[in-house]
Amino acid sequence: MTRGELLVVRAGFGATVQDLGRPGLAALGVGRAGAADRDALRLANRLVGNPEDAAGLEAPMGGLELAFPRAATCALTGADCPAWIDRRPAATRTPLHVPAGARLRLGTPTRGLRVYLAVRGGLDVPPVLGSRSTDTLAGIGPDRLTVGQLLPLGDAATGWPTADHAPRPAPADRTVLHVLPGPRDDWFTADALRTLLAEPYTVTPDSDRVGMRLDGPALERARTGELPSEGMVGGALQVPPSGRPILFLADHPVTGGYPVIAVVRRADLGAAAQARPGDTLHFRLA
Amino acid sequence: MRVLACGSDAVLIEVDSAEQVQHLHGALRAAPPGGVTELVPAARTVLVRYDPRTTDPHRLRTALTAFAEPPRTAALPPAGTTETVRIPVRYDGPDLAEVAARTGLTERQVVERHTAAHYRVAFCGFAPGFAYLTGLDPQLRLPRRTEPRTRVPAGTVAVADEYTGIYPSPSPGGWHLLGTTALTLWDPAADPPTRLRPGTAVRFVEAQEHPGADHDPR
Repeated sequence: MTRGELLVVRAGFGATVQDLGRPGLAALGVGRAGAADRDALRLANRLVGNPEDAAGLEAPMGGLELAFPRAATCALTGADCPAWIDRRPAATRTPLHVPAGARLRLGTPTRGLRVYLAVRGGLDVPPVLGSRSTDTLAGIGPDRLTVGQLLPLGDAATGWPTADHAPRPAPADRTVLHVLPGPRDDWFTADALRTLLAEPYTVTPDSDRVGMRLDGPALERARTGELPSEGMVGGALQVPPSGRPILFLADHPVTGGYPVIAVVRRADLGAAAQARPGDTLHFRLA
Repeated sequence: MRVLACGSDAVLIEVDSAEQVQHLHGALRAAPPGGVTELVPAARTVLVRYDPRTTDPHRLRTALTAFAEPPRTAALPPAGTTETVRIPVRYDGPDLAEVAARTGLTERQVVERHTAAHYRVAFCGFAPGFAYLTGLDPQLRLPRRTEPRTRVPAGTVAVADEYTGIYPSPSPGGWHLLGTTALTLWDPAADPPTRLRPGTAVRFVEAQEHPGADHDPR
């Protein structure tokens, strides 16, 4: 414990430890998990001089409060979220110095859903199957944060912070996600794909790291019957019998038995993970 | 063999049978085309993930046509699977009597048929380390229970449809529970965390009264 630790004062709304996950184990029934918005965690790590795959925190809807017994350098990325170091407002997307004994507090995001916190050195919770990420579906990795928990810091830093600030792209007015049809678009009517690409879909509250249930026009099947279980990918738009698609995120099941009409391209998965309940999604052909 | 698009960094290969999946997965694992990062076999498909920086769907399709023809020698085992995992089972499951009644067999005959068959891990899924084993005696095939149980204990050996499975950890489940094994088959701290990888051969052995006596199947 030479590198110190963080004390969880408020655990937010299901905040978890995340790195870039455990790829390559799906054939054993173990999904990748890792940060839902991978680019946001990567950026936070770069801002504090960590390798991009160091473990940090993912806080849906913010709400986190951490006490720093020792001074530390950290960075916040992902959702736009007011933050304070003790009573001083703290900026996002920039290296932050937290003095010894100070507290870092997150408010509620004004835009986006998931806030990422990287701390210089990374979080040194015990890895499971090569990753420190929490897989909420499989129950693998560290538990969700709890009040009073101590998070040990590691020595993952490999460089020094080199940027003062990472500029943010102008916020988009609306979330557009580009999809590639398939693998099972032939299980649906021709109208179903047209509907998906033309109509807005709303993120429902029944959404988490596994996936987002979407509300909108039902996507009609052209054939009935059961699909034998097949491998699933992040971004898959799986359509259960209700016809309302589920968009798979980081903790999606490794196999599934409902047909996937289309898959959101990898580059748009971060934007998908930042959509919050009530937000509208627009799907377009990649 | 059909190659289906599956997002920006994967394709899904569909074949006609579980045996063809096994052959295709074994062949791809032995000699993966360039740029392939992960293979995920399932019931009738192999998901092929690739690195879009080093290959693309078109090149991959061309490379995959080389695997289109399954080997004629049906008995050829998939690459790297010479080990047979023997699993001691106490056949005392709560569904043994019902399986016997619905298949027209006695409980003893159900146990004999379940231990006589040669199984192979077709794929994993549902939960970490949950292996779908093919090879079940056709007479033991039953659809899933209409009412899934909310909790099935770890180590439960169960059947449904064409598969046998062993619950690696406690979970809900809709399969028919035949018995239990004391063998630990899933350990996230071990490397690899399971011995039941796709392609692995499996036999079930009826355990005697003291399940501790034959813990080690080797």
